[in-house]
Formats: sequence, C-alpha cells, structure tokens
Amino acid sequence: MLNNFVTPDLYPAAPEIFLLLMAFLVLFVDLVFGATHRWMAAMLTVITLFGCAAITLVTSDGQTTLTFSNMFVDDLLSDFLKLMTYLAVIMMLVYSRQYMADRGLDKGEFYVLVLFATLGMMVMISAANLLTMYLGLELMSLSLYGLVAIDRESPRATEAAMKYFVLGALGSGLLLYGMSMIYGATGSLEIGGIAQALYQDQAERSALVFGLVFLVAGVAFKLGLVPFHMWIPDVYHGAPTAITMFVGSAPKIAAFAMALRLLVYGLFGIAEDWQQMLLVMAVLSIGLGNLAAIAQTNIKRMLAYSAISHMGYMVLGLMAGVVGGRVEAFTALNAYSSALYYTIAYVMMTLGAFGTVLLLSRAGYEAENLEDFKGLNQRSPWFAAMMLIFMFSMAGIPFFIGFFAKFAVLLAAIKAGYTMVAVIAVMFSLVGAFYYLRVVKLMYFDSPVDSAPITAGLDLRVLLSLNGIAVAAFGLFPDQLALICYTTLARSL
Amino acid sequence: MNMNASLLSLAIWVPILGAVPVFWIGSERRTLVRWLALAVAVAGFLVTIPLYTGFDTALSGMQFVEQTPWITRFNVEYLLGVDGISMPFILLNSFITVLVVLAGWEVIEDKQAQYMGAFLIMSGLMNGIFSALDGVLFYVFFEASLIPMYIIIGAWGGPNRVYAAFKFFLYTLLGSLLMLVALIWLFLESGGSFNILDWHQLPLGIKPQILIFIAFLISFAVKVPMWPVHTWLPDAHVEAPTGGSVVLAAIALKLGAYGFVRFSLPIVPDAAHQMAPMMIALSLIAVVYIGFVALVQTDMKKLIAYSSISHMGFVTLGFFIFNAIGIEGALVQMISHGFISAAMFLCVGVMYDRMHSREIADYGGVVNTMPKFAALFVFFAMANSGLPATSGFVGEFMVILGAIKFNFWVGFAAATTLILGAAYTLWMIKRVVFGEVANDKVAKLKDIGNREFLILGLLAVCVLAMGLYPFPFTEVMHASVDNLLKHVAVSKL
Repeated sequence: MLNNFVTPDLYPAAPEIFLLLMAFLVLFVDLVFGATHRWMAAMLTVITLFGCAAITLVTSDGQTTLTFSNMFVDDLLSDFLKLMTYLAVIMMLVYSRQYMADRGLDKGEFYVLVLFATLGMMVMISAANLLTMYLGLELMSLSLYGLVAIDRESPRATEAAMKYFVLGALGSGLLLYGMSMIYGATGSLEIGGIAQALYQDQAERSALVFGLVFLVAGVAFKLGLVPFHMWIPDVYHGAPTAITMFVGSAPKIAAFAMALRLLVYGLFGIAEDWQQMLLVMAVLSIGLGNLAAIAQTNIKRMLAYSAISHMGYMVLGLMAGVVGGRVEAFTALNAYSSALYYTIAYVMMTLGAFGTVLLLSRAGYEAENLEDFKGLNQRSPWFAAMMLIFMFSMAGIPFFIGFFAKFAVLLAAIKAGYTMVAVIAVMFSLVGAFYYLRVVKLMYFDSPVDSAPITAGLDLRVLLSLNGIAVAAFGLFPDQLALICYTTLARSL
Repeated sequence: MNMNASLLSLAIWVPILGAVPVFWIGSERRTLVRWLALAVAVAGFLVTIPLYTGFDTALSGMQFVEQTPWITRFNVEYLLGVDGISMPFILLNSFITVLVVLAGWEVIEDKQAQYMGAFLIMSGLMNGIFSALDGVLFYVFFEASLIPMYIIIGAWGGPNRVYAAFKFFLYTLLGSLLMLVALIWLFLESGGSFNILDWHQLPLGIKPQILIFIAFLISFAVKVPMWPVHTWLPDAHVEAPTGGSVVLAAIALKLGAYGFVRFSLPIVPDAAHQMAPMMIALSLIAVVYIGFVALVQTDMKKLIAYSSISHMGFVTLGFFIFNAIGIEGALVQMISHGFISAAMFLCVGVMYDRMHSREIADYGGVVNTMPKFAALFVFFAMANSGLPATSGFVGEFMVILGAIKFNFWVGFAAATTLILGAAYTLWMIKRVVFGEVANDKVAKLKDIGNREFLILGLLAVCVLAMGLYPFPFTEVMHASVDNLLKHVAVSKL
C-alpha cells in the first residue's frame, strides 16, 4: 500500500503551504505576544501576504501543472487571480487597521481567520477536482462566518453571521449535492475528467442536467445572484464595516474562479444548458439589485444591492461565451476575459467605496448612513473627489474603469447575439446611476451635518488616494489590464 | 513633426490639465485662482486658433488628424480630426469658456476654484466630443461631460437645483446608453472597427439602419433637445448658474445636432431619408409649438430656454431637408445660436446678480438705470428674433430658403418663427427694459461695469460680424457639407 504512494510535487502549491505555515506562526505569535504586542500579528500577516505574492511570482512559469494526483492546478490564471486576491486582502488589512483597533477587534483571531479565508480562496482558485473546490470553499466560508461575528458584543453582527452561516451552509449543501450528481453522471471528480466525459458523450444526460441545476444554484449562492442573494444585504449591513469590505472584495475573485473552473473548464460540453440559467439570473440580478438599492438609506446595504447587480453584469459576460451551441475560441475568450476584467474592476471599486466609509468612521461612530456623506466636499474636497470617482465608476460613466468593464461585458453579450439583453442591462444601469448620483449629490450639493474632522490615519488616506487614482488611471489607460485578462485566459484555457 | 499634428490634443488637454492646478490652489486664494483659470481658458482658446488659420477650405475630408492605438484589446483608437463641420465648434467652445470664466469672476463666492475647474474640464471634454473620430472615444467624451455639468447645476444652481441636476443627468444618460449599444453593434458589424469614417462606408440593410437610427435619435434628440424629450432643458437652464446655462445653450445643445451630422446622416443615410418626414414634423413642432410656449413664460431664463428649443428645431429641420443651403444654414444657425443664447443668458445673469430674480414681473424700466446694458440687451434680443444684419438672420434665412425648396408649406411653417421669435423676445424686452421704473429695486440698479461690458461687447461683435459677413464661417464648411450631401445621396442598401 505504501509502495504506491507517490510524493506529490509540492512546488506548484508553494504559496498555499507558505501561507498555512505562516498562519500557524501568527497564531503562535499571538498566543505569546498578543497581549502586549498586537502589531506583531498584523505585521506578520501583511508580510505573509507579500511573501505569498513573491512566491507566486517566482514560481509562475506560465505552464499548466497538475499536482496532488490531479487535484490541484497551477496555471497562469490561478497565479493572476491569487495575486489579485493578495492585493485585495492587503488593501483590506490596511484600510481596516484603525477601524479594528478603535473597536478592540484587532485580535489575533482576526488575522488568523483572514489568512485561513485567503487560503481557502487560493485553494478554490487552484482547484482541479470537485473535492478540492469544496474544501477551499468551506475553508473560506467558515472563516468568513467567524469574521462576521468577530464583534461578539454586537447583536446585529451575530444575527448576520447566523444568517450567513445558515444560508451559506444551504448553498454549500446544494453545491455538494450537485457535485455528487455530476460524479454519478460522469464517473469522475476531476474537472478535467468531467470535461473529457462530456466531450466523449459518455455522461448520463438526465443526472447530469439535474446535477448542473444544483451546481449552478450553489455557485449563484456564493456569487450572490438573484434569487440566491438574500444573505448579501443582511451580511453586508450587519458585519463590522471592515469585514463587510473583506466579504465584498476578495471572495468575489474566488467565486469567479469557482464559476470558471466548474462551468467553463468542467461543464463546457453542456454550456447551452447553464447559459440559460446564468442569463436569467444575470438579468434578475441586474434588475433587482439596481431597483432595491434605490430604497436604501444605509450605504452598506446600498453597496450590497449594488454588489448583486455588479455580479449580474459579471455573469452576463460569463454566459456569453458560446453562441447558439457553436464554440468559437475568440468569442469564448472575449466573454470570459470580460467577466474576469469586470471582477477585477469591481473589486477595485468596492474596496475604495468601503474605504471611504471607513475613512468617515471613527472610534465610537459608524459612518454607515447615506446622511453621513452630506457635505463631504466641504470637509475634505480630495476624498469627496475620490468617492465621486468610485461612484461614477460603479455607475459605468467614463473615464473610469467601471465603464470599460461594462463596455467589455456588453460587447461580449452583443457579440453572442444577446442584443436585447444588453439593452435591458443598460436600461437598468440607468436606474443604477440614480443611487450613485445620490451619493455624489449628498457630498457636493448638501451641507455637512457631521462636521467632525476626519481622523483617519495616514495609511488609510494614502491607500484611498492611490485606490481612487488607480480607478481613474485604469480608465484613462484601460488597455493593459484588458490585455492581461485576455492573455491570462488565452494561455490557461 | 509639425505643430499641427497635435493641435487637437492641445485643445482637449490644455483646459483639462490646466484645471488641476486650479483645484489644487483651492478657493481660499480667490485672486490667484481666478487669474489662473482665466489664463488657462485663454490659453485653451489660443491653441484652437491655428485650427482656423491652418484649415484648408478646399479639402472636404478630415484635417489635423491624430491617430494612436488606445485600447488595442478592442481596436479602439485615439483618433482625432476635424472637418469644416466640427472645427468651428471647437473655436466657439473655447471662446465661450473664456467668457464663462469671466462671468463667474465675482458672483461665484462659494468654492470658486471648483467652479472654474469644472468649466475648464468641461471645455476640454466638449472639444474632445467635436474632434473624436472613434466611436468609443466620442462616447467616452460625450458621457464624461455629464459629470462636470451635473456638479455645476447641482452645486451652484438655484433652489430646485437637485431635481434639475438629476433630471439633466438621467435624461441624457438614457439616450447615450442606447447609443452605446448601437456603437458596439456597428463595431461587430464592421468586422472590428470603431472608426466612424469606416462606418460611413459600411453597407447596411434597411432594418438595422432604422434600428440604429432610432438608437442615435433617442440619444441626440434628448441632447438637442427635440420635442417631446425637451422637458429637462427648461429645468436645467432655470436652475443652473449663469455660466452653466451659457455652456448648456451655447455648446451642449450643439452636441446633439452635431451627432446627427456625424453619425445618423452618413452612417444610416437610407434610414435618415425614410425617417425624414417624422424628423421634419418634430422639428416644426419644436419651432412653432415651443415658440408659443415661450410666449407665455413669466421667467426670463425659462423663456430663453424655450426659445433655444425652438431655434434648435430649425437646426434639425435644416439637416433633414437634405439640401446644401439647408444644412449650411443649420450649421450657421448652430454657431449663431451659440453666440446669441450665450449673450441672452449672460444678460439675464447680469440682472439676476443685482436683483436675485428672474421673474419678468419684477422688472420694468431697466433702461432708465442701466442704459449701457439695455442697449446691448436689446441688440441681442433683436438678434434672437432674427433681425437682418445679425447672425440670427443668416441661419434662419438659409434654412427657410432650403425648406421652401424642399416643400413650400414646410418653409411656410418654419417662417412663422420670424413672427413668433420676435413676439416672445421683444415682448419680454418691452416688459423688462422699457416703460416706467417698476419698483425701488430697479431704481437702485447699477449699470454694468467694464468686465461685464467686455463680455457682452465681445459677443455683440461676433453676432454683428457674422450677420454682416458670414462668408468666413460658410467658407470653411462648404466643402465638407457638399461631401456630406454627396455621401448621403448614395444608398447603402
């Protein structure tokens, strides 16, 4: 028995291994020095993520390597998505440093849970097997449930965590059920093996489609698409703002990877079936997300509904890869790279928007109502301009990155022949423009109600400025990022 | 490389980049900010002058062309160029910007740096719209110009400014989003080109032509604005600060009309011919019906706003009767209306700064206290009603000639504007300027100072020069208009 054991090639999984070891180290450091030197855990966490980035960059060779008996894949796509994940997590940590410290939440658990969640995302991104995918997903989700409830005193956060847990567990259950059906239909847990079985037409059709429905539902749960979006507003609203920022940013990258790996890598053979489901959910998400966001008075809730609509747009790109059952490499690449581009753009904008919310929060005060943005232009013209950039970018107004992301998705959708869907999508973004404009209105046209000076630290100010400038600069020069997304996918598919 | 090669880029980026130090200095140092803003505006105007002096009137094609790849991923180019149709508007826009900066010299007390900066940015974006020859570049400038205008109306406007700003933004966005879908469709249909000149040669069936025409129509009709989508304009004009009204009337309205000549007519000529009766009918409704509406206004700004809609009806009428004199007349009318409407709004602004009222009923006998001003105001009013020897006459006369050539009754209906225009303008003048001094406030009015006299005097010279000797204006557009007509006469089917 032991003779058959092949030592797996650990090299492709080096970032994950490094992160796991460092997470234990953080846990240990916190145990020993946590009471006296809180900064050590924070510092180590950031160093870990930079270390992971360095390892990912060094080990990236552009080749697709499978390891751990084909359960784990390291390709250009996974490297790129992981780098984006580290970036988002580091930004989140810098943004939230003062917020968490002011509320006494910057405990060791926070950093350890963030690291474990990141590890979960990395495993999801690199999953080449349904089990690996599920493992990564659960690691991420369970860490996130814990993070949402990190403020033990807050009943609202506890309630949110409870909802998140129950609904998230339901979503995972659906996903797992779908996976088992697909295993039954194709006889393989490997994503490559499933694709192979579909290609050779060996799959049991009815079980396959049945499983697909559950699988898509599970993915939709994690992305937060209508009608599986119920948890998003409550979790965004209930969690401490810094955690909301975390839940709303990096996991979207992982969820995108999950959708891509399962549906495109694995189930491309029945793309026509999942395309229809995604189409319906995309349109519903864009519609409901934008409409419901109008009624919100809490900016976190507003951004939650906006997240739903943004994920709708992303999925619109994702479903446009196959035209009428015909597979064309160029169209498919166009569509998937537009979805990837949208995800990156969205994460960048959402970090900035929540960053501004954190900027206005201070010890003992949560700036989470729209009213808190009143007259920001008088309190700080620079940060009002940054928020203006984020809002117009989210609304899809040029010259900001959000416009080009929408543009790429619309182009893919129209190319796939969904012109009417594109028209519906742009009409709902008109609706969406209203509530983004409202934030700008509050900042520029109204007088401040809260005239307290902005006390946020220099790190947050610098990062927020860089974030805003990046959203504008990637809008003025959108070519590089679009090309990177395109080539990454071209070399990994 | 000669200077001409980057003139258009200078026209766009000098004001936009010049706005950065204006923002940076901030509103506390008022004198410096004003003079800097003026210097930037003047520099922005000076760089456009070589466009006129270096223009080759014999050529019908694009001149001063600049071409560099911008978004290679979607084959979008940074492609600029002007012909005889678009070049005058760049000069007009840059000239009006100088006046707007001067007009805001003293009256804007709140956040003056942002006010000036917003106008400078808008000036650059407008130049971009008139010189972009790439569909996406055009769209990007077109939509980005909404942002500064939204802020200007909302932040420095009247009591109902928020409503007006939202209405302005959402109405215009509604139109432009549909245009975006049409642009993407054309990109795919033309085999991957966003070059507008390529689209001019693209053969299209009648059904797609009609659909594209409608998409463009909604976009441009809102901007012109044509009846029945004109309702945003009176609100925006009434609430906007003087400078905002001036830019809206003088430049922003021209964008819609310009869009018809650059997009609708040459790209979908057959649809344009088919839809011409409807367009003519809508234009005549604007001319006649809106003329009557203007007659009953009690608010001066609203009256001039309706008069603008009525005059813009002439422009669209001129385009859709498809003869040289009609189109040239329409273009002359656009430039002339740029001068006259700017002057009219500035005149109302002069009175509003002193009386804080736009109601006609609050005035009377202004000539007794402000003789210099009254002389200019009456002159502009005459020009607005189309008095021979002013620029207002030339354009209207040419369009009426063209219309009579096309169909006597169309020309007859259009000619009623000479009566209506005179009626509403001169009646307003009679009530405001002449008669007995109405009340104490009017009795205390101070005549215009040197700065105001300079602004209005410059405009008066332009209006008179264009009325007496329009040749320099028609000369530059002649070749381009001929070329356009030849192009439109050839069916694409």
